[in-house]
Amino acid sequence: MAVTRSFSVLPGFNLTLGYTLLYLSILVLIPLSAVFIKASEFSMAEFWTVVTADRVVASYRLSFGSSLLAGLINMAFGLMLAWVLVRYSFPGKKLVDALIDLPFALPTAVAGIALTALYARNGWLGQIIEGYFGIRVAFAPLGVLIALVFIGLPFVVRTVQPVLQDLDAELEEAAASLGANRWQSFRYVVVPVLWPALLTGFALAFARAVGEYGSVIFIAGNIPRVSEITPLMIITKLEQYDYTGATAIAVVMLIFSFIMLLSINGLQAWSARRTGRAG
Amino acid sequence: MFPKKPSQLFKASLLTLAVAASGAVSGAVSAKDIRLLNVSYDPTREFYQEFNPLFQRYWHERTGDDVDIRQSHGGAGKQARSVIDGLEADVVTLALAYDISAISEHTGKLPADWQSRLPNNSSPYNSTIVFLVRKGNPKAIHDWDDLIKPEVEVITPNPKTSGGARWNYLAAYGYALETHQGDEEKAREFVSAIYRQVPVLDSGARGATNSFVQRGLGDVLLAWENEAFLAVNELGPDQFEIVVPSVSILAEPPVTLVDKVADANDTRAVAEAYLAYLYSPQAQRLAAKHYYRPVLPALADPRDIARFPTLKTFTVDQLFGSWQQAQQVHFNDGGVFDQIYAP
Repeated sequence: MAVTRSFSVLPGFNLTLGYTLLYLSILVLIPLSAVFIKASEFSMAEFWTVVTADRVVASYRLSFGSSLLAGLINMAFGLMLAWVLVRYSFPGKKLVDALIDLPFALPTAVAGIALTALYARNGWLGQIIEGYFGIRVAFAPLGVLIALVFIGLPFVVRTVQPVLQDLDAELEEAAASLGANRWQSFRYVVVPVLWPALLTGFALAFARAVGEYGSVIFIAGNIPRVSEITPLMIITKLEQYDYTGATAIAVVMLIFSFIMLLSINGLQAWSARRTGRAG
Repeated sequence: MFPKKPSQLFKASLLTLAVAASGAVSGAVSAKDIRLLNVSYDPTREFYQEFNPLFQRYWHERTGDDVDIRQSHGGAGKQARSVIDGLEADVVTLALAYDISAISEHTGKLPADWQSRLPNNSSPYNSTIVFLVRKGNPKAIHDWDDLIKPEVEVITPNPKTSGGARWNYLAAYGYALETHQGDEEKAREFVSAIYRQVPVLDSGARGATNSFVQRGLGDVLLAWENEAFLAVNELGPDQFEIVVPSVSILAEPPVTLVDKVADANDTRAVAEAYLAYLYSPQAQRLAAKHYYRPVLPALADPRDIARFPTLKTFTVDQLFGSWQQAQQVHFNDGGVFDQIYAP
């Protein structure tokens, strides 16, 4: 592999590259390859039977589906939150800003228990939603979605916020003075600048949601084929000391997630090229 | 204050080292220091917290040595996997024999016939599966048959992920076998009917207790007797009461030595004494105090024993052959439990 070395004023390229590779290998690549090695104890046919069992497939649908949806919800509302925090000032803004990070700091089990308490049939919100509207939140797929939206919230806000801070309001004023209406200046001036950050935030929120266990497990209800998430299927296999089966499902999750993240990155690069910003 | 020069820092750390070393040496002069790791499951935490000091005193009086006992608690399956993956447990005290057998099978760190090494299937204390219902028993739940009444919601965790839940399942299945003269088909129908009344399958026993007690879900919680007593005591006898069914399973949480670890740590003698001491009058008394049924009830406080109603029990071995067989037939992928949820 030929690496073209362009001249750089900063020294130490080889050294830092070496460290980067070593660091990534120890922390990421070696543990991940261990998963693949363990799963390779299966023949292809055995592997296929395990990872396409209909209960497992139902769990992929729930896990990836609700993670995608949670990512999209967070993208919309994260943008709104970031917008409010950057563009307006109001009393208690610092407090709201600090609150955003809370889902990061909270142990996921605590989040799960709190959300369950809130949305269960006898909880504050559950009473209303289930009592008046007849919609079951906790112990149903909707509960899974809510937990995933909760834990993914900070990602979009925190990726979009700094970009939005750097975005001069003058740009929008210029657009307005050139005759753009509000929607046009949002769509053609603001969004293109924020798009890469939005996508990054979405990717992070999505990736986090796919792997989430602690908060979801309390609110999901774990009914086979209805509200079982994929990480639970892995735990189920482990409880049977079926290490190979567990890693087989893990491999599928890894490949799925990797493809999704890769395509999000691709989308980002493509949109950056299109809007004339080199990646 | 920070030492300014590197040499000062070096001296300071040397001094710290010296102090630490002298402490360790002076400790070693008086008696041999022994460390023991007991890997256990969640609900035994309070019991071993009290048992360990008893044993430490006993061992000190007998040999003059001090034992430092460390405890590890968690879900039984997870704990067993930790031991399989290399956690150096000298003794394991888990919720079901299946998990200990898995350690034996996967690592060879203890012999396959481990369960015959100590009296009573290596279980110094037992429990059984009972019902916890809301105060006044509004749904009139008195025995297993009442659980399948259409208006009754049953709370029990997922037997695929919770060892405790496997006892619940086998208790129900065993009851059906007993009432239908061993008809497996009828027993399957019965447990299927029960699980159709289960709105939430929590991943662990504590989660299920939480759903029942805090979330207000369900009408009856299937629980270990000792856990049910704890729930009633902690949350108030004005809210819940225990219903004992006519027949239930004898839950035997076994204990054993992890031979290879104990030999490597040179702790075999003390670890064996530790386990044997679980059968002593002091330990039996303590077990009864913590709502476990002692295997030698004559040694415990009669007032504690009086709290346990008598009921007919069966063991896993009697009705299901062994834990391995029960696991294979009922809980492994594609087993009877999975078929309940098959479309």
